Amino acid sequence: MAKDQSSTIKEIITEFGNDRHRLMDIALKVQSQLGYISEDNMEAIAQTLGIPLVEVRDMVSFYSFLPREKEGKNVIHLCNAVVEKMHGMDLVAKAFEKNLDIPFGSTTEDKKITLKYTPCMGMSDQPPSALINCIPVTKICPEDVPGIIEDIIKGSKYSCEKRASSIPAAQVETNLMKEGEVIFSPMERGAAVRSAAIRTPDEVIDEITSSGLRGRGGAGFPTGMKWGFCRKAKGDDHYIICNADEGEPGTFKDRVILTEAPDLLFEGMTVAGYALGAKEGLLYLRGEYAYLLGYLEQILESRRHLGLLGKNIVAKEGFDFDIRIQLGAGAYICGEESSLIESLEGKRGAPRHRPPFPVTDGYMHQPTSVNNVETLCCAARVLEKGADWFKQLGTKDSTGTKALSVSGDCKHPGVYEIELGIAINDLLEMVGTDHPQAVQIGGPSGNCVAPKDFGRKICFEDIATGGSVIVFGKKRNLLEIVKEFTEFFNDESCGWCTPCRAGTTIILKMLDKILEGRGSMQDLEMLKKVGNTIKTMSRCGLGQSAANPILTTLQNFRNLYEDLCKTDEYIPPFDYEKAISVGVEIAGRDPVEEEE
Amino acid sequence: MDKIAIIIDGKEVEAKAGQTIMETAIAAGIYIPHLCYQEELAPGGHCRVCTVLVNGRPQSSCTHPAAEGMVIDNDTPELLEERRRIIEMLFVEGNHICPFCEKQGNCELQALAYRFGMIVPTLPYLHRKIEVDATHPDVFIDRNRCVLCGRCIRASRDVDGKNVFGFEGRGPQKSIALNTKGALSDTQLDAADKAASICPTGSIVVKRVGYAIPYGKRKFDKEPIGSEIEKAK
Amino acid sequence: MAKPKVATTHMTGCFGCHMSLLDIDERIVDLIQLVDFDKSPINDIKKFTGPVDVGIIEGGVSTQENVEVLRMFRKYCKILVAVGECALTGGIPSLRNTVPLKECVEEAYLKGFTVVDGVIPNDPDIPLLLDRVYPCHEVVKIDYFLPGCPPPADAYWAALTALLEGREPELPYELIKYD
Repeated sequence: MAKDQSSTIKEIITEFGNDRHRLMDIALKVQSQLGYISEDNMEAIAQTLGIPLVEVRDMVSFYSFLPREKEGKNVIHLCNAVVEKMHGMDLVAKAFEKNLDIPFGSTTEDKKITLKYTPCMGMSDQPPSALINCIPVTKICPEDVPGIIEDIIKGSKYSCEKRASSIPAAQVETNLMKEGEVIFSPMERGAAVRSAAIRTPDEVIDEITSSGLRGRGGAGFPTGMKWGFCRKAKGDDHYIICNADEGEPGTFKDRVILTEAPDLLFEGMTVAGYALGAKEGLLYLRGEYAYLLGYLEQILESRRHLGLLGKNIVAKEGFDFDIRIQLGAGAYICGEESSLIESLEGKRGAPRHRPPFPVTDGYMHQPTSVNNVETLCCAARVLEKGADWFKQLGTKDSTGTKALSVSGDCKHPGVYEIELGIAINDLLEMVGTDHPQAVQIGGPSGNCVAPKDFGRKICFEDIATGGSVIVFGKKRNLLEIVKEFTEFFNDESCGWCTPCRAGTTIILKMLDKILEGRGSMQDLEMLKKVGNTIKTMSRCGLGQSAANPILTTLQNFRNLYEDLCKTDEYIPPFDYEKAISVGVEIAGRDPVEEEE
Repeated sequence: MDKIAIIIDGKEVEAKAGQTIMETAIAAGIYIPHLCYQEELAPGGHCRVCTVLVNGRPQSSCTHPAAEGMVIDNDTPELLEERRRIIEMLFVEGNHICPFCEKQGNCELQALAYRFGMIVPTLPYLHRKIEVDATHPDVFIDRNRCVLCGRCIRASRDVDGKNVFGFEGRGPQKSIALNTKGALSDTQLDAADKAASICPTGSIVVKRVGYAIPYGKRKFDKEPIGSEIEKAK
Repeated sequence: MAKPKVATTHMTGCFGCHMSLLDIDERIVDLIQLVDFDKSPINDIKKFTGPVDVGIIEGGVSTQENVEVLRMFRKYCKILVAVGECALTGGIPSLRNTVPLKECVEEAYLKGFTVVDGVIPNDPDIPLLLDRVYPCHEVVKIDYFLPGCPPPADAYWAALTALLEGREPELPYELIKYD
């Protein structure tokens, strides 16, 4: 290997303190400086860190944004999520292919540009979108493509080095359509932190508990209880981790919160740090939001200047707390809290065995609370305005507001902060829809809801959601969407366990047979059974919900499947024309039919 | 409290503090079908065959600690069906052609399929192209037969102290990787290593010992896998 | 009353499953008391004489001719039993399933180490190959399966006698083998 590469790697590793747990940062930096992480690079990393090569390979091979093959100088990641496809992504893809004269998945001959697809990158409110190097470009029309390519070749515009000074709003539209009282109302810097500091940590936790706040990632675990478990757990250190790895297709509310209300989030993390007795907080920022990194760092820096981070926060002796931002590298599963912790420790993002739960054995095996961006914002507001104020919003078991990411077939896509308990119908009216055939609540892992259920309410008592709401109009082919969602889970499965890894591949093959019109009612029954196996037997939330696109549509839109399955009889999967075609080609003649 | 009382399939069983459900069951002569679990290694929780219902919720028994008052369902028709389907998934995910596999008759994947009464997989085959690495003089790795149980990884790391194996990739691309830029012969693997003999299938096999035991006398020819646990009590 | 009719055929396999059927030894005498054999390589009857009660299929489906034969069996037989690993899973011939057909044929007839003046055979009498080897149940509906390579003679006996007596065939543990 080239000597300068090896010394570059050594420098990078020194920068991260020769710490094996910083392997994610090391790999990201090697990738950004050397272009890719070759076998030689992996070996150099392993040798310098003093760990087995196979451990580096294990980690690097897991993440989409850590290529092991040489790519072009510039990489275009075009988002191929469902909503993007609904809004003309295919035409944009064709324009890129035509203008560069290469197909997706390859690099131009001059090694200048690589074309790749990427799953939902949190821009479903402004499709079609792409990451060019690490800069998001949205609302792309096919006509824009030649200009984009010209800008890339000229250099400066899409240079990642510039991101430190970039203002996020300049690249991405905010689309904050409805500002609620909790997240998107004006705030005073330090108000929540000061309010916490005049209480004891236990009193802070009591206030959160009394507010009824529940986790906003979708599962709805009571935040006060989580913090209480974590505070009580014994450990040398305690950690608060903010999960900003929103990867559920169709969700982008954290992007808007990080852009519009980052101070509120950092207030919340600081409050949590105080309550848990943590000295360090970690913000795990999804790789797709790398463009926000510089902006967020600036805000952290200004908070340090204001005495809201660092030593003796708000002049309170011993209130020491700071925040580090860890960038992810393209893996949906890292939104699962134990995978996220593994990733933070510089490993593949595979979920851990649970129990033990992170609150007792989390980051670096210390008590850790992992909370959603929005949850921490709510917590800050509870401290600022009081639990009683918070409780009067929402319903009895779902207090407060919820930020929803609305996309798909609606007039006004964007983020809506609504009170929990809103009926789907009322939301649809707010966002402007025309008698949609279905609404996907909670993204692919959630529920595909039919019009007969539009009276149902969005809250933990009825339909819980992490915030993704995708509207499907009358003309959409719902089963094709189901297939794309299932492909997404298949690609994003960590592969740890059989039902999720093998099951999602197999169920796709079964679904194909039905979509090709060669299915029978027997295939539908089998599809349901295999789906249930994936749901019941998988190890983590990803696997347990990977069959939801199929299972919820089998339940709510069974007629769509039955229309494709004309018989109860067994239909063999064999396709004679396809099976014989290669043989015909090789022999250069048609088969000779034998008489009976 | 050292003694923990749990109920498995209606039978009260005593667990020691720190024991998993699997360990408790084995000690009590109750067989919970399993594939990636191996008593000498830390549990992996990969295959999910050992999934039981703990107070109604599915959990892998090899990783889940026993706790006072747990009520566990293991031997139920529903779980049998789910477990059989997982075994079927593994059969169609890899390329398991039993008739020419050295592990036949002693293979745990095959044995579980026999125990669950699988006659033929009903799921569609995936037919993925997978290379064989036979470079090592004494051992070969045929990933066609790999079930990604990770036993070789844990054995090499925790027992042999060598880290010869690891995982690579994710989802359907996940596979067993080697601790070298080269092939199996470039690793420190030795035929006497735990990792060379712990594979439940014919994926990692010591050369020149295949078919040593005649048909009819092999490990699972007469009695189903798990009988040894059930008879021990 | 006429005796039930049995037909057998062999597709892509090694004929071992037919050999194993003959391994029921002297019980073959009992068997022909119970049934008449229609189309089968055992008696060399080439064509179906009419509808048949039980059809026994050995081998996987790898050629156009296999497809025709299997479909014909499905048409003539009330009950179809697939026997042996090749019929059930594709078996050893299915080793080629992970390699594109063209590469397989070229390796065998043009590029292989032992090939001299290679040519890909293409007489019209030779049935065309399918892209891969299919298990029988992927091509037609199969009613019962007898696993094994080959299925033990006792498995044949147990299954056939059960079917002829109108019972569901059930194999004891020792008779379920994939090898």
